Amino acid sequence: MLDFEPFWLSFKLASIVTLILFFIAVPVAWWLSATRCRCKPFIEAVVSLPIVLPPSVLGFYILYALSYNAPLGAFFDEVFGIKLVFNFTGLVIASCFYSFPFMVQPLQGGFESLNKNMLEASYIAGKSKFQTLVRVALPNIKPALLSAIIITFAHTVGEFGVVLMVGGSIPGETKVASVAIYEMVEIMDYSQAHIYSGIMLVMSFVVLLGVYLFNARYKRTIGVGV
Amino acid sequence: MQLRVKLNLKTGSFIAISGESGSGKSTLLRILAGLEEATGEISVGDAQWQGKNFLLPPQKRDIGFVFQDYALFENMNVLENLLFVVKDKALAEELLELTHLSALKNRYPNTLSGGQKQRVALCRALMKRPKLLLLDEPLSALDPKIRTQLQGDILKLHKRFKTTTLMVSHDPSEIYRLAESVVLLDKGFVQEVTTPKKLFLKTQGSQKFALQGEIVEIISVDVIFIAVVAIGQQLVEVVLDRHEAKMFHAGDSVKVSTKAFAPTLTKLL
Repeated sequence: MLDFEPFWLSFKLASIVTLILFFIAVPVAWWLSATRCRCKPFIEAVVSLPIVLPPSVLGFYILYALSYNAPLGAFFDEVFGIKLVFNFTGLVIASCFYSFPFMVQPLQGGFESLNKNMLEASYIAGKSKFQTLVRVALPNIKPALLSAIIITFAHTVGEFGVVLMVGGSIPGETKVASVAIYEMVEIMDYSQAHIYSGIMLVMSFVVLLGVYLFNARYKRTIGVGV
Repeated sequence: MQLRVKLNLKTGSFIAISGESGSGKSTLLRILAGLEEATGEISVGDAQWQGKNFLLPPQKRDIGFVFQDYALFENMNVLENLLFVVKDKALAEELLELTHLSALKNRYPNTLSGGQKQRVALCRALMKRPKLLLLDEPLSALDPKIRTQLQGDILKLHKRFKTTTLMVSHDPSEIYRLAESVVLLDKGFVQEVTTPKKLFLKTQGSQKFALQGEIVEIISVDVIFIAVVAIGQQLVEVVLDRHEAKMFHAGDSVKVSTKAFAPTLTKLL
């Protein structure tokens, strides 16, 4: 009998992370798209670090920072009684770091492609930056929004290194699909690994196909430019 | 570049701003709108928009702004674009009626032509009943026929709402038709404040008409010379004698005028 728990765990993790990152990344991307601050390249580099950093390096730092030996981990343990490593909470925190650039970059690109005059027209109409963001900017970058959400979700489902470092492989707690596949291969259970991998492959393809179909249709209806 | 401008505008007047590109026309409008920072003072009626260490954000200024590229909210239909500014349905309906857009009020911007989009933008800019309407080359992206129609709409709306209006424009006929006075900017400085009539109708003495043009080519035909002059989109031929032909060269800016029947050319500097 096929055990679906790792899949369920992967999707639960990805959903929570995507939701959290959406609310963090939208203001950050909005700020980055408009700022003339000299610190912008610095912030951008920090945001993009997880893309180039080996997941094991990122995982190691996060593991270190969240463990009971580091101030942050100790603080949470002592004050709230929450342990942040080798459990689901730790996975969510680690994944938020890991997937952050995948949410920020498409949104920032979308905001930057907007007609600046359109945003200025909104300010002149008396609307605040926040109102402009919610009522003008976000509705006009739907494809970028969808890309950001889907790619963040997919990356969180697909992550392996960080999850293994921070979460280990506790069934029902931190053993997500990618870790489960790794373990199956390790114990040479190739038939199970094939089924799991096949499911991941098909699902990823279907999701991406959906995104591209939506974007193609959106561009046709809205005319040129997004 | 430095932009140094001191102007007093009469309430309810229609002023055109003209000048070469890079002379600071658009920047001036953007400063008035609060979209660009500058030092100095801006007072409108009793309200001060800008002063020493004091800058009112665009949101708090009573302005309407029309951009050259329309800048409509693509995610809203025509009526929603207007109501986004102020939820005044009666005013929105009136504006759409005045500009013959009522039938299009449920359409989205991407289904409208350039002229229609700019009419929507014009209506949207008036929704706040602004004290100051700023038009930044509103018609320069449109073809001549549509441009004439929209000039009519702008004039109609100006008469109806009596909004003090500043319009950046390059088009003499447009300025002549709409504006009471013209501010000529040159490299960031006010060069001249005058009336369109004085600026553009430059016939002197017994001249019946005077047009500005550019010599495209001088052709020698037997003993005479013919200068081909481009006046706007129109090419005209002017006969020159040998002496005159030596004075003019292709590319010269000239004034074409006529006294009796024969047009004569005068070099413009």
